[in-house]
Amino acid sequence: MSSVVPAIASLKNIVKRYTRGKQDIEVLHSLNLEIPDGEFLALMGPSGSGKTTLLNLIGGLDRPTEGEVTVAGQRIDRLSGGALAKWRARHVGFVFQFYNLMPMLTAERNIELPLLLTSLSRAERRKNVHAALEIVGLADRATHKPSELSGGQQQRVAIARALVADPTLLVCDEPTGDLDRATADEILGLLRTLNREQHKTVIVVTHDQKAADFATRQLQVDKGSLTDVAAASRP
Amino acid sequence: MKFLPLLWAGLWRKRTRTIFTLLSIVVAFVLFGMLQGVNAVFSNALNAAAVDRLNVVSRISFTESLPFSYLEQIESLPGVAAVAYQSWFGTYYQDPKNFVFSFPVDPVRFFPLYPELQLPKDELAALVRTRTGAVVGRELAKKYGWKIGDRVPLHSVIWTQANGSSDWQFDIVGIYDAPNDPNQAISFFFNHSYFDEARSFSKGTVGWYVVKVKDPAQAMQVAAAIDRRFANSPDETKSQSEKEFTQAFIKQQADISFIVSSILGAVFFTLLFLTGNTMMQSVRERVPELAVLKTLGFTDLAVVVLVLCEALVLCLAGALIGLAIAAGIFPALKRVIGEASLPWSILGLGSAVAVLLALVTGLPPAWRTTRLNIVDALADR
Repeated sequence: MSSVVPAIASLKNIVKRYTRGKQDIEVLHSLNLEIPDGEFLALMGPSGSGKTTLLNLIGGLDRPTEGEVTVAGQRIDRLSGGALAKWRARHVGFVFQFYNLMPMLTAERNIELPLLLTSLSRAERRKNVHAALEIVGLADRATHKPSELSGGQQQRVAIARALVADPTLLVCDEPTGDLDRATADEILGLLRTLNREQHKTVIVVTHDQKAADFATRQLQVDKGSLTDVAAASRP
Repeated sequence: MKFLPLLWAGLWRKRTRTIFTLLSIVVAFVLFGMLQGVNAVFSNALNAAAVDRLNVVSRISFTESLPFSYLEQIESLPGVAAVAYQSWFGTYYQDPKNFVFSFPVDPVRFFPLYPELQLPKDELAALVRTRTGAVVGRELAKKYGWKIGDRVPLHSVIWTQANGSSDWQFDIVGIYDAPNDPNQAISFFFNHSYFDEARSFSKGTVGWYVVKVKDPAQAMQVAAAIDRRFANSPDETKSQSEKEFTQAFIKQQADISFIVSSILGAVFFTLLFLTGNTMMQSVRERVPELAVLKTLGFTDLAVVVLVLCEALVLCLAGALIGLAIAAGIFPALKRVIGEASLPWSILGLGSAVAVLLALVTGLPPAWRTTRLNIVDALADR
């Protein structure tokens, strides 16, 4: 963490508690984390360790019970619901395990969704959508619906959707959890390319060591704390 | 416009369910269009009633006759400008289903009191001089293909002639128009003198008197004066404005407004549950998708508007299709209620009802999306 690169995300003294029924569960305990701009970070850990909760906090999907979350220069834990939604639209691209594409929309319409929140013209939106499709190698599948695509292709569409608005960081929750090894490697390779060539900060949650090996840094989340930090410097 | 594909995708997610919901809305609005249209036709009849005319009927019932001798007495009352009289003839042409609104009148007294009915002077003169003469409304003439010079038999279900026959022969000598309201051009007028001479009973009586008042503002006072004049006589009268009279006449057939309101109330109450349930179900099934939209940066308001727009498109499309169908089949009612077309006001009212329906059915599920927790929804909790 002694990088000279400025931090794109900074989490200080984060505590996160959930109430499930009558029980309060503390998922994250006084957690501190800095993520340098342009990093490819893998958050690893067993199920229930709090890694997805941590990812949700970084991505502005959830708020900490205590502590500060600053991402892309903004204290997002203080933003209102509406402001946070707009912030997410501007700064974060999300990739999920189960792709979460709109089943009735074609690939290009799915990718266009984040752009509907911008003031871009229809022609500009189309141009950006096709550029994103080119990047993920699915230009020839633009008019296909998710049900007409394989799992790997659907995840590529999801990555294109995450990319299309040119976000500051990509937040990926188990992006290869539903894919076979070869396809998973393709997707991870794509994320690494985006990190290296497009200089996107990529944060991946995974419990797959092979997936984590694609990252430039690996962090172990265990019982709500960052207990084991493993640097995995890569050329 | 850019959200249209998203809106469309939401609507067609469950194609069969959407089509059936749409169909139920269409059917409801066909019914709405037809019933409200009929109601509007009757309301128009009321609105067309003149403010300076009174109808004087028997206090017992307007089917009871009044003595002919009342004519001069009414004429002599202050505030009365003119008096005419007529009777209900109750006839059909050839077949009982071909009902004809027919009235024996004194043409010289009657037509000046009804300037909205336009009859050429020479045809009025022909009616006066032809004992069995009759003038018919343009629409009625069109309906049965009658023209001047035709001899027309009508069968009265009330009046028999002295010879025992209920069939009456008339010679059509004129056709009148009602430019402001073609529905008024559906009646059949003939000479009261012929009617009175030929009928087998109730001679020397009329069905009711029509009184034109000098000052419409004094109409109620004149009505009271007429009724006072005949109070405690064997034939007491009930004088009322033409509008009240028409209203009472329509209510004798049926309380159209009440029936229309009751049916539509039941239909829309059912529709409310049906569409509301569909919208709720649709939103419930799409919770993860709506959560993804929120994840991507759609605000609560944007998602609410999206869900509301879905309800709006569904309800408005159903309403417009339904009203268009109603407008298409409404002229088929012409035989029953006369000249008929669906008024624009009903189309406007229908659209407003559709918007209201969309808001009532769309708001609860739309509001539910504001309480949607992205993290829980994505985790399918």
